[in-house]
Amino acid sequence: MKKIEYTKIKGHSVPYFGLLGGLGFMILLGLLATWYMEHNGHYVTGMTNQIVWGMPHVFAIFLIVAASGALNVASIASVFGKKIYDPLSRLSALLSIALLAGGLVVLLLDLGRPDRLIVAITKYNFKSIFAWNIILYTGFFAIVGAYIWMMMDHNMYKFKKKVGLLAFVWRLILTTGTGSIFGFLVARSAYDAALMAPMFIVMSFGFGLAIFILVLMAAYNWTDRELGDAVVARLRSLLGVFVAASLYFTIVYHITNLYITEHHGVEKFILMDGGIYTNLFWFGQVLIGGLIPLALIYAPFVRTCRKTLGLISTMIIIGGMCQVYVIVIGGQAYPMEIFPGYEVSSSFFDGMVNKYSPSLPEIILGISGMAVSLLLVTFAIKALAFLPSSLADSAVDPHAAK
Amino acid sequence: MSDQINDSRRNFLSKAAVAGSITIAPGVFLHQTAQAKPDEQAVSNSTRWGMLIDTDKCAKGCTGCVDACNNEHALTGFDRPESDAQYIRKVSLVEKQTGHEISLPLMCQHCEKPPCVDVCPTGASMKREDGIVLVDKHICIGCRYCMMACPYKARSFVHEKIEDQTLSAPRGKGTVESCTMCTHRVDKDGIPACVEACTEDDHNAMTFGDLNDPDSAISQELKKHGGKQIRADLQLNTGVRYRGL
Repeated sequence: MKKIEYTKIKGHSVPYFGLLGGLGFMILLGLLATWYMEHNGHYVTGMTNQIVWGMPHVFAIFLIVAASGALNVASIASVFGKKIYDPLSRLSALLSIALLAGGLVVLLLDLGRPDRLIVAITKYNFKSIFAWNIILYTGFFAIVGAYIWMMMDHNMYKFKKKVGLLAFVWRLILTTGTGSIFGFLVARSAYDAALMAPMFIVMSFGFGLAIFILVLMAAYNWTDRELGDAVVARLRSLLGVFVAASLYFTIVYHITNLYITEHHGVEKFILMDGGIYTNLFWFGQVLIGGLIPLALIYAPFVRTCRKTLGLISTMIIIGGMCQVYVIVIGGQAYPMEIFPGYEVSSSFFDGMVNKYSPSLPEIILGISGMAVSLLLVTFAIKALAFLPSSLADSAVDPHAAK
Repeated sequence: MSDQINDSRRNFLSKAAVAGSITIAPGVFLHQTAQAKPDEQAVSNSTRWGMLIDTDKCAKGCTGCVDACNNEHALTGFDRPESDAQYIRKVSLVEKQTGHEISLPLMCQHCEKPPCVDVCPTGASMKREDGIVLVDKHICIGCRYCMMACPYKARSFVHEKIEDQTLSAPRGKGTVESCTMCTHRVDKDGIPACVEACTEDDHNAMTFGDLNDPDSAISQELKKHGGKQIRADLQLNTGVRYRGL
């Protein structure tokens, strides 16, 4: 195996600046959408006093969960010692920081008072998992930033493994925190489950790796760098394991709820008669995000096809968005069980399935968060040497080199 | 002679004035001590404000408490019921098994262990020493996590710019709010607007008082008849209790 050489991308081409410009334009639209929502107030969005977290949260949570998952590739190399992933570690760490930044931007700009960011980072209620998350996010930037430094600086390289281990533990805690935002909610039938934390961790594996694969393939394709089958095949089978694990957690979550009588209502809602939520669950999360990708990953006839892997990754991202939508919005749409055993009605929509239609500004804000992530990556790989010059089999695969 | 009469009249008047002062003074002083605690004096946990609602007395279709609350806090709607704020609402219940109908007002239950306070990242959601759960609108960042956490759906988010606010109940776009148990009244020895309206309408379905004082009307009522908590399974020890539920 040759020594891996990392180089910056040239980034002089028209398409490169076109990409930067396009992403910048999306971010500009996101800022305009934010201004519109904040100036008028949230009544111009689809959010109400019943559906208090809307589309921006779906994007933000997806990105934050995917962020920790994107770090997996680096962790597998430095914590679990799998050499073939080593050349991918820098990009993995960079992408994880970028995704987290994108998610947090969306979360921040959807606050009722985003101007009070300074309050959020100076006043802490340590019993709040949300407050802990703010600390975990900040720590993630610092630790993964240091991790990148250790990887890039020859003098610091000896600390790479230790910092990598810290980053790995931190990312597990971070996603535990994200899942616990829902797990700790006793009020709503769809949440209030310890399983939320590990389920979010497993979801992160799939979401993060799917985005990583797309970014990797695009970067190598657009910069004419070689990406060998060895790396791609490894990532592909890893993706299969993650998708299967995610499906497993989904099954356990629903089977458990189906066993517990008090959760029958919410299960019936999500699985059978929840309309859009039922469709998103079965067709989006299970079929597009789970079963079809699994079938394609293990189908022998398309095993080496890069386009199919791109399609699989895209499907996992779409399915993942559906899954987060069902969790975040579906969980709120189902009427809160304040009076079990009673039929309830009021002027505040008690006892009714809460309606939600995402508004355009919300969707634009969410997409602009993705644009922030991609812009950071696009810029960073030009500024610093994140990408190996070649990921050809001979460069990365110890067996091929022999 | 006339001087003597004047003297005796003067003596009588001055004695009467002293006697009168002695008679009236305690009342005057009592009135003064019954005035609200000074603003600089903090509330104490020797008091726990609570409310008892008798659903048998709560008239179906009556929205006296809701109207009074809306008026008290200037909760003017924008004709957008899904995003307009409601601190208190009338809920109609029909028991699925028996068809038994119940009408009750539902608002912040002022829990002893409020989930909204637990989850609030900045501490804006807070509980006063006297048990009233409030939002500090100066440090609320509008994340709405408290609304996700409240098991009573008691909180509202201010979805748009507010005009014509009252001095005693300031509100702000982009922050969360809910029933304050009318602290501005309670701190001045008054009672919440909803309770007052219910009493004025002669329904007397709402009793307000100190749960820590065994002699208070609410404690006596609760001791005699009991009072249920909504979602008692969550063990939040709510300050608002219900009879007939």
